[in-house]
Amino acid sequence: MAPVARETDIVRLLSAYDRARQNLIPILQDVQEQLGFLSQDAVGAIAEHLQISENDLFGVATFFTQFRFTPPGRHCIKVCQGTACHVRGSGLIMEELSQKLGIHAGETTSDREFSLERVACFGSCALAPVVVIDDKVHGLLTPKSADELVDEMGSRRDETVSEA
Amino acid sequence: MAVLTRTPLASPGDLEQMRAAILSSRPAGRREIVVCGGTGCRAAGSLELFAALERELTQQRASDRFALKMSGCHGFCQQAPLTVIEPERVFYCRVGRKNLESDVGDMVQALLSDGEPVRKLLYRHPVDKERIVHYEEIPFYAQQTRIVLRNAGRIDPRDIDDYLARGGYGSLAKVLSMQPADVIAEIEKAGLRGRGGAGFPTGRKWALCRAAADDSMRYVICNADEGDPGAFMDRSIIESDPHSVLEGMAIGSYAIAHGVAPAQGIVYIRAEYPLAVETLTTAIEQAKRLGLLGENILGSAFSFDVKIKRGAGAFVCGEETAMIASIEGRRGMPTARPPVPAVKGLFGKPTNINNVETWANVPRIIEGGADWFASIGSGESKGTKVFSLVGKINNSGLIEVPMGMSLRTIVDEIGGGVPERRQCKAVQTGGPSGGCIPAALLDTPVDYEHVQQVGSMMGSGGMVVMDEYSCMVDVAKYFLAFTESESCGKCVPCRMGTQHLLRILTEITEGRGTATDVETLQKISETMKDASLCGLGQTAPNPVLTTIENFADEYRAHTEDGKCPAGVCRELIQFTIDQDKCTCCPQCVRACPVHAISGEKRQPRSIDQEQCIRCGTCREVCKFDAIMVS
Ligand SMILES: Cc1cc2nc3c(=O)[nH]c(=O)nc-3n(C[C@H](O)[C@H](O)[C@H](O)COP(=O)(O)O)c2cc1C
Repeated sequence: MAPVARETDIVRLLSAYDRARQNLIPILQDVQEQLGFLSQDAVGAIAEHLQISENDLFGVATFFTQFRFTPPGRHCIKVCQGTACHVRGSGLIMEELSQKLGIHAGETTSDREFSLERVACFGSCALAPVVVIDDKVHGLLTPKSADELVDEMGSRRDETVSEA
Repeated sequence: MAVLTRTPLASPGDLEQMRAAILSSRPAGRREIVVCGGTGCRAAGSLELFAALERELTQQRASDRFALKMSGCHGFCQQAPLTVIEPERVFYCRVGRKNLESDVGDMVQALLSDGEPVRKLLYRHPVDKERIVHYEEIPFYAQQTRIVLRNAGRIDPRDIDDYLARGGYGSLAKVLSMQPADVIAEIEKAGLRGRGGAGFPTGRKWALCRAAADDSMRYVICNADEGDPGAFMDRSIIESDPHSVLEGMAIGSYAIAHGVAPAQGIVYIRAEYPLAVETLTTAIEQAKRLGLLGENILGSAFSFDVKIKRGAGAFVCGEETAMIASIEGRRGMPTARPPVPAVKGLFGKPTNINNVETWANVPRIIEGGADWFASIGSGESKGTKVFSLVGKINNSGLIEVPMGMSLRTIVDEIGGGVPERRQCKAVQTGGPSGGCIPAALLDTPVDYEHVQQVGSMMGSGGMVVMDEYSCMVDVAKYFLAFTESESCGKCVPCRMGTQHLLRILTEITEGRGTATDVETLQKISETMKDASLCGLGQTAPNPVLTTIENFADEYRAHTEDGKCPAGVCRELIQFTIDQDKCTCCPQCVRACPVHAISGEKRQPRSIDQEQCIRCGTCREVCKFDAIMVS
């Protein structure tokens, strides 16, 4: 999970950017990398830095699928929706994981362990169907093996909990 | 890396000297172990493989006898992870999938003893089961012509020396002594057309931008947004040979801007491609340090720098005017033309946008000459095209073929046909803007003209093979779900059109279709084609129109008989098990995600219809065609 940055970090981050409109998307990307999402406070700070309205900022940020406004789960599961993945059954994988975790795409489990996302295409089509968990690509999956992957993540969590 | 200590090269002569120095430090016949570090191989464990090889070489005290390096994508991701032994070009595949330590041990042993290659790691011909030793003899590669991918899999993309050793930046040096107009003329004569989709002649595009009346700036952009789902050519090119793209951009900028305005380069790259961004960032730094990018390149009066802009996940931003809006920090919505970007583009300045693969062709053309390039390909489609061959195909991966090769050769010979002895039903090209070419038209030569004649589009190079188990109505619905969610909403025909097409297709696949649906789909499609603002809406109906034209009976089966012949649309099907064909093996029982299949030993299986979710997983895994759909 991304380290939780503090407000001062955001201020420092913003100071590296000129107050130019064209920096909006790079700033949003940078902030999201730091915080894991775009918090209300961050949105306010960015709008002020660039001297644009929050409304305007939201207009741009919501246009692009990359940006999120709620904190992600500890593990981020991204299911590829590319054409190759589709014809090789990615819909079933999404369904399976959605059922297993009890959430829809775009949501996070209530214990904040897992987020489930759809991604248009990772470009790993030769390995279709593909799921990316915390930036690691897993290919040639079936609903069952995807299920097991998530179980593995879960049990790893149990280990870290019991160690603690 | 040696690059760190070097000073910028001050002339083309310096470049040649440096190249000679690199080559002489690499004695001929030096053996290299090249591990593929493409995304596909990484997913299959090539980083672990690399580390294991490093350990084994150290342990055998052989580290200095062999050069161990990591290349970009070789294209044959199906067989990942790959390792090639140079200069013999021994091709090892699936290395370490079963037993990493023993595979690595055997490989190093074979190298040390100068013995026979390790048999178990050689590629096995899918038909005659013979082991094949060398790269070029493998059917997947034998039919390819690698121009754009010439360096892919051979060089370490993070080491500019490797690129220089293969002649890199020689074309840029050559161009710097030419007149910009002559460079443009050379590209025009070669017949290079844009590889990003529409196939616009590249030389003509450059000339338009050069001729613009503004002398304050020329923006030169590389479109690496690669929005087409099911395609990964551009990612692979950047990950395996980033300097070819940079060199192409520098040459183009010289042709477009030198003598008329300063030039600034931008690579607009897709958010989901972190490895490509990293590779490109390194490449830009290394090129700058050697004075191959930046101020006064190779001591000339020409200066050119490249910045990276990361996309933020919007398909429409692959369209030129939408991309420009998003670089400016606005919602990525297209604008009406004119003015065209060549005249008034980014920040109001003349802007030239080309696709990654287009740029990567440029240094090759300058090096080999326009006549050589124009001798490859067919008719008005010169050169090669890179495709990502994926879907229901045995050898999936990245391929490069001369334009004009038939789809059949690509699917059957390079692709090795469809798995499980099933039949190819259609090939989808051109992504969401393209169409489905039916198996009956597999003899179509793949070039701009012919692919368009059969109602599809060359597009950027996605090629998705479908078999009998793919439902064409479902495929059309899939693409419309994509374009509907990616439509930016600015113009009504696209915004409403995609919504209605998707609604009707959904109804058909859920058994609620009516006899007039197909006609309505066609009408909406025609309106969208005529009236949409940008290419997204104008081409979004193509997947619908081509499937209606080529698979009308499949639509009819859905709307009139309430059946999905391919067995995909869940509301319309039921799976049962042929008791005579069932061999009582446990495959389907294990695979069923909802445990709906009975599992008593030595009893033919049967499916509990109450529990069955009609996912078709059992049919995919059954080796005996025992799962029937009705
Ligand atoms: C909706 C839409 C999406 C596009 N996506 C891409 C893309 O991902 N990559 C690309 O190179 N071109 C894409 N294009 C085509 C570009 O707008 C443009 O024609 C191309 O980059 C020009 O380069 P070329 O002449 O070298 O092909 C897209 C066009 C449209 C209408």
